[in-house]
Formats: sequence, structure tokens, C-alpha cells
Amino acid sequence: MSFEWLHPLLIATALVLAVIGAVRRVNLWRAGKPDRINLIAGLMAMPGRYLHDLHDIVERDKYMSKTHAATGGGFVLSALLIILVHLLGFDNQILAWALLAALALMFVGALFVFKRRLHPPSRISKGPWMRLPKSLLAFAGAFFVLTLPAAGVLPDGSGGVLLTVILTALIIWGMGELFFGMTWGGPMKHAFAGALHLAFHRRQERFGGGRSTGLKPVDLTLAKEIGGVLGVAKPTDFKWNQLLGFDACVQCGKCEAMCPAFAAGQPLNPKKLIQDMVVGLAGGTDANYAGSPYPGKEVGNAKGGPDHIITDGLIDPETLWSCTTCRACVEECPMMIEHVDAIVDMRRYLTMERGKTPNKGAEVLDNIIATDNPNGYAPASRTNWAADQNLPLMRDVKQAEVLFWVSDGAFDMRSQRILRAFVKLLKAANVDFAVLGDEELDSGDVARRLGDDATFQSLAKRNLEVLSQYTFSKIVTTDPHAYHCLRNEYSDFGSDALDGVEVLHHTTFLNQLVQLGRLKLNNFSGAKVTYHDPCYLGRYNGEYEAPRELLRSMGIEIAEMERSGFRSRCCGGGGGAPITDIPGERRIADMRMEDASSTGAELVAVGCQQCTAMLEGVVEPRPEVKDIAEILMDQLVDPSAENSRQDRLAEEVH
Amino acid sequence: MQPNQFNVDAANKLKIVSLVSVGKHPQSGRMRRADQDSRAVELGLKLTGDNHSGESLVVLHAGDPGEPNLRSYAGMGLKSVRVLQLDPAADAILPLGQHLQQCGADIVLTGVRAESGESSGMVPYQLAEKLGWPIVPRVADIVSVKGGVAEVLQALPRGQRRSVMVKLPFIASVDSAAPEARQSAFGPASRALMDIEVVSASVDDVRQAWEEAAARKRPKRLKVVKAKTAAERFKAATAKSQGDGGKVMKNESAAEQAQAIFDLLKEEGVLR
Repeated sequence: MSFEWLHPLLIATALVLAVIGAVRRVNLWRAGKPDRINLIAGLMAMPGRYLHDLHDIVERDKYMSKTHAATGGGFVLSALLIILVHLLGFDNQILAWALLAALALMFVGALFVFKRRLHPPSRISKGPWMRLPKSLLAFAGAFFVLTLPAAGVLPDGSGGVLLTVILTALIIWGMGELFFGMTWGGPMKHAFAGALHLAFHRRQERFGGGRSTGLKPVDLTLAKEIGGVLGVAKPTDFKWNQLLGFDACVQCGKCEAMCPAFAAGQPLNPKKLIQDMVVGLAGGTDANYAGSPYPGKEVGNAKGGPDHIITDGLIDPETLWSCTTCRACVEECPMMIEHVDAIVDMRRYLTMERGKTPNKGAEVLDNIIATDNPNGYAPASRTNWAADQNLPLMRDVKQAEVLFWVSDGAFDMRSQRILRAFVKLLKAANVDFAVLGDEELDSGDVARRLGDDATFQSLAKRNLEVLSQYTFSKIVTTDPHAYHCLRNEYSDFGSDALDGVEVLHHTTFLNQLVQLGRLKLNNFSGAKVTYHDPCYLGRYNGEYEAPRELLRSMGIEIAEMERSGFRSRCCGGGGGAPITDIPGERRIADMRMEDASSTGAELVAVGCQQCTAMLEGVVEPRPEVKDIAEILMDQLVDPSAENSRQDRLAEEVH
Repeated sequence: MQPNQFNVDAANKLKIVSLVSVGKHPQSGRMRRADQDSRAVELGLKLTGDNHSGESLVVLHAGDPGEPNLRSYAGMGLKSVRVLQLDPAADAILPLGQHLQQCGADIVLTGVRAESGESSGMVPYQLAEKLGWPIVPRVADIVSVKGGVAEVLQALPRGQRRSVMVKLPFIASVDSAAPEARQSAFGPASRALMDIEVVSASVDDVRQAWEEAAARKRPKRLKVVKAKTAAERFKAATAKSQGDGGKVMKNESAAEQAQAIFDLLKEEGVLR
């Protein structure tokens, strides 16, 4: 082969350019706000996180995980060996053979990438991504031939000028994509940014099977500062590692496929949102975006830059308000990007700096501020629902085993039926419990998701103040949103009120009671039942099993929906979405009810009053909707009622 | 709905003052941004073309500048709130009147009545009397200001409007029918400047002697629904209660009309 000096030079040039690109890209991220991360520990943990946490998610799609392992693994290995063999000139047959093997592996992987790209699903981005498999093949193929002489397969200097020219062209193309493109913004950027994103992730607790879903509090001292900004106005207001996270996106569109708002035709597409964030951090327009648009919005009109206000030209606020914060996108993202954090950060700016919470948002927030409940009811009427229940008040008893957190369901007549059912079960199991009565306030969930962190923090602190006066070992609530706040978000406010206290959802607690034999249940003899996982119970808190076990304990065989468990579809009621009410082509609740109907179920069991409200809002005919507590209550073996029922049965027989 | 686009250029030269008080939520009794006062600020912002500089729209309060709920007015996008600091027991009318005269206000907007304190609804009237300006009660909108004359829409019961022409300067109390106030944002509210001026005022002796107690709801006679049709029920539900026994005099002569008013005032014991 001629021009032996040429290829090392090309490799060196590509690597130098890649390093320059890397420095440039890192500086873009560093424009973000500081965040305390242990850099060294993160880097050390990164390979493990790639092999476990990230790979576990990719593994849900076996085809892709194998393809990626071959292509990515082959490439990393090849790149290292190319540097040794071709750049540094180690003349070692073993290295050369190893390189050949790595390149072959990469080539085979790339063939599968190529195959998938022949008929790509609508969720994945096209454009430069369609070029990627070919670039991979060019890289692997060209270096394979180039390595043959070093492995002793071909004599040195074999091949003519033509072969050299072709090989050189392919190498330039391959390295252009894989080395240069990696740091200058091509599709391979995901490898560089993704690796660092795993190392410096803002939620380090997520790795190693952990869960981290509570939103981070806003520093409210910024409100007093002239020039301070609450929430995120410009891309540079994000933490630097959030910006890095946006850059890690592979545009696989798994988020898009799971997003309920996207499916309903509301103007949100999580993938496009992340790509718009990339446009924002790097500057430019979205003209090169080659994936699905926000439903109903054309691509190409968005413009942004690191110091431009995002909602003035880059993203329509309607996009941000379409999100139900269901975390389906986050759960699905193989790069572990935090879409919901970003959305709420930008909502915070809109609400706390601009006063632009749409539709009923402002009214609901005003009500929460003035009356501690979203509908503006008199705070003193919070316990009216339980006038006939004779509930022990914490104010009187001071301590109890279980504190029953009633939540704002107290003001809603449908939710009150769930509350009553739960109280009946507590009494049947002789649980030592008490409620806070009028001392309980809204948990702050809605305020926080609507971006009003000031109100959330005020409510959280006042609730903690009340809680700290009493002694209890468990808090149980029927509202997964309050459950999430109490369990995951109240710990940021320096109170010891919840230290050593177990926060439980009522299905978890009831399941414990049933397992302990404190609740006796008849077998359920009704029709087919399906179970809808509430987002704030499932994805936010990992509780998928207790509600199902409860249903099974009544002899119910659950007809699972296609989207269930961690892939459950939102009812449309989270994140203040029913309040901001951004129009789409369909309603999310209708789609969810279709999911339920298609199982043939006649009863949808739920564990959330918000889900109950949303699903019951679907027009009939549709399956009945009941909270698990209500189903349990109907099956409760009441010792006093037992005899009379037997009498009645006896009469019917005669 | 924007019935009449307001001519912003003309209004930019106007000096508009919105008087605000500390409100009280009807359900919780908690201090808040008063509903009608915030509508007065909203109308002021509209008249000044959302000019947030605080130059042309002055939001004025007489009382305690440390009251945190004053900031919720600033959260509507104001740089500052002007506060005449005075003793809580003092009568605010005199210093308010002086201030309005000095600052050369063209239009003064207030709520119809405060949600806390005396809540007599007398402030706009007493200020008008003191300044010798006309007062337009229960305004829903200010449509235009041309050549020193403003066209004002007054809110009447059941959604009716009355167009009134009034010369500047004048005082208007803003009805609950006026456009709803925009959202108050926490950040700007916290950052706003409290532009404090300490004033002295005489103590309201009469009020000192009063005893305050929580109002008790009077027992109400149960309402018997007489309406037969949906239209009648709708009318009954939406109508503002109108006193019985009045009569409409449209075609009578001015003297007859005046006589009728005079007789009524005598009958009610207003005139003796």
C-alpha cells in the first residue's frame, strides 16, 4: 500500500479535532449553573453504570441491546487498538488480530443497525441518523482492510493506488463521523455526552437500581435578589449537568412512543423538547431536526441560544403545560435523561417570574395560597366529610400508630367515597389511627407541578410543623400525589417530623393488613377486572405489586392492560394538566379507558382519586371504575353481618 | 373579549393612580390581594399600556409598608408600590387626598369597598369630596380618554353597562365586573421596591370608640323557587337583588322627579 505516512496523520488529525470539539462542547455545558457532583467518583462509576443501569433499559429491546453491544463495544475496542496499531505503530500480530476481531464485531453490529434503518419506525429520527449505519460500515470495513497487512494476512504494501484512495476516502468518512462527529455534534455525540452524562448525572441516586423522583427545591433567596431568576428562563439557567444530559439524547423516540400528551395530539413531544434544549444550549434553529414534530406545530420556526429566553421563540409555553409529569418518558429513556425536571424548571419561570400559568392555573394557585386547598373551600370545612365517622383527631389523641393523611379528596364527593371505604377498612382491622382534621393542608403537589415552588415550600413547611407535634410510626394516604410529596419531597426542608416514619400508600398498608390476617375478605365473584397503575404510585414510587396482591387476595385474576406496570399510561390527571387544560385531538383519559376496555374488563381497579376522577369522566359505555379500597370494602367479611347474610342465602335457597 | 382597543398613546401621558388595600379571603379570612383593588390595578395597567416602569401607573397604599400582601400587587408586574406610612389608628383620607393632589393624578382607581377594616366603601366618595373631583362608582371599563374627557362604562345589574363621559381628573371605583386581575408572580412580588413616605395623620377618634366583633350570619328565610321555566330560574339566579317598592320615572318632568326623590329621602329619614 502506498502513502504509509498518510493514515497515521489522518488518525492524529481526527483525534486532535475531536479533542478541540470536546473542549468546545464542554464549555457549552459549563455555561450552566454549578451543581455539586463528585467528578472523580462519577467517572469511576461510569463504566459500571453503562453496563448495568443503562444496559438494563436498552435490554428491554433485545434486538437493539445486542446490536448496540456489538457495535458500541466493537467500536470502543477498535478505536483503542487503532490508536495502538495504526497511530503509535505497535507492530504486534496479536494486537492486529484483536483489532480485526473488534472491527468484525462492529461491522456485524453495524449491519443490524443498517437493517433496522431500512424500515425505521416513526418514533426514531431520520436525517443524519440514516447516515450513521453506513458510516459505521465504512469505518469498520476500511480499517479492517487497512489492518490486514499488520496481521500478516496480506503482505505489506499490497494493493494499488486505487485501493489506497478508496480506503482513505472511507477512513476519512468513518473517522469524520465517529471521531470528529462525536464532539462536533453529529449522531455519535451521544456516545461522548452520554458517557459523561452517566458519570455526572444530576440524580446520582438513580444508579444501582435506586429511585430518585422528587423534584429539587428552588432556592427562594433568588426572589429577593435584583436580577435573580426563579426557575429556568434561559438554557444557561439549567444546571450544567442538565445541559450535558440533553446532549446525550440518541433520538430513539422511546419517550415519544410513551408520551400520553403526544399520543393525544397535544403539542408535546419529549424527544423534540430535548432537541430544542440542545438547540438552546448550542444556539441556532431546529431546522435540522429530523424527527416527529410537536403535534400541530411545524418544525423550523424555533430559534434559540444560550442567553435567549426559552419560551420566547424556542418553545411554546403550551408545550410545557401539556406535560402530565407522568415520567413515562424518563422511565423509558435509555440515556436516563430527566425530561420532567426540565419541564418543571421552565414552568417555574413561567409561574413565578412571568405570572403566566394558563387557564385555571392562576385561580387554583390563588386558592391554594388563600385557603390551602385548590378549590377555595373554607379551611374549616376540611373534615365535614367525616362528620358521621367519629374519627380520632391528632389534636386530641396526640399519638397513634397510623396517621391517616386524608388529602384534598376530603372536599370532593367522589373521593369521599374512597375515604369512607378506607376508614371502614381501618376500623374493621382495629387499626390505631388518627387524622389531622383541619390542621392538614394541601400537600403542595399541584402547586409544585404548576411551577409555584414558593407555595409548595410554604405548604410543606407548615405541614411538617403540624406533623412534628404528634407521634406516629406510619403515615398512610389514599392519594399517591400526597404520598409522593410526603415520602420523597418533604425531606428537603430540614424537619425531623418524618424521621423514622414510614410513609405508605393505602394499598401497601391494606396489603400488609390482609397478609397479617387482620382483614378477612370474601372472594370477588364479579366480572373481569383490570388494574390501572397510578404514575405517582408506580413510576414515582415503585409500588406495582401491593395493589395487585390485594386484588389477587380476593381471588381476582387481573386482566393486565398492554401498557401496565412501569409502562402504564397516565390517566391525564397529573402535573396540573387538567387545570392548564391544553387542547389536543383526543383526551388522555379516553385513550386510557380504551386500553382498559380492550382487555374485556368490566371493572377498572385504581389506587388514586385523581385517576378515578379522570377515568370516570369518560363517557359510558365503559368499564366501572373503583378504588381498591372500595372493592375491598365490598368484599369485607363483617363478623356481625355474617349471620344475617347466611340467613338470607338460606331463604333464597328455599 | 376586547370591546374597545384603548388608545395607549394618549393615555401614556396620563397619570393614573390605583389605590390598594389589604384584602381578606371570604372563606379563610386570610390576608390577600383584594379582588376589586387588584382589578383597579389591572385597569390601570391597561390604561398605561402595560407600561411596567411605574412611571405612569402609581399603585398607592396608606398603612403599614411591612404588610407582605401588598407585594402581591407588585407581582402583577410593578417595579414598586408607593406606601404612605401612617399609624394604623389614623384616618387615611387626608394624607391620601394631599398626595393625590400633589402628584397630579388624572384618574384615581379604587375598589368599591375594602375587604378588611371598616369596609364602608366611603373612601372614593370622601376623597372625591375632599378633592372636589367627580366620582364614577362601579366602573367596568374605561374606554377612551380624549381631550381631557374620559368615556367610562359603568357596571349595572345583570350585565348591563352605562356609558358615562367624565372630565379629568376623576375618581372611579372599580366593580367586580371589570376584567379580572392578572396572576401575581412570586419573583417580581418579592423584588418590588416599597417606596415609603412617612406621613402624619389625625387619629380617627370615632373609630377608636368602636367595638369590633365577628359578624354573625342572620337567619335566612328559605327560598321558595317559584320559577317554572329554565329561563326564569336563570333570571332568578343571575339577577342582582333589586330593592322592592321603587319606581322608574322616565317621562315625568324634572321637578316631579326631584320631588319624588325629596319625598323618599324624607320618608327614609335622611332629610328632616
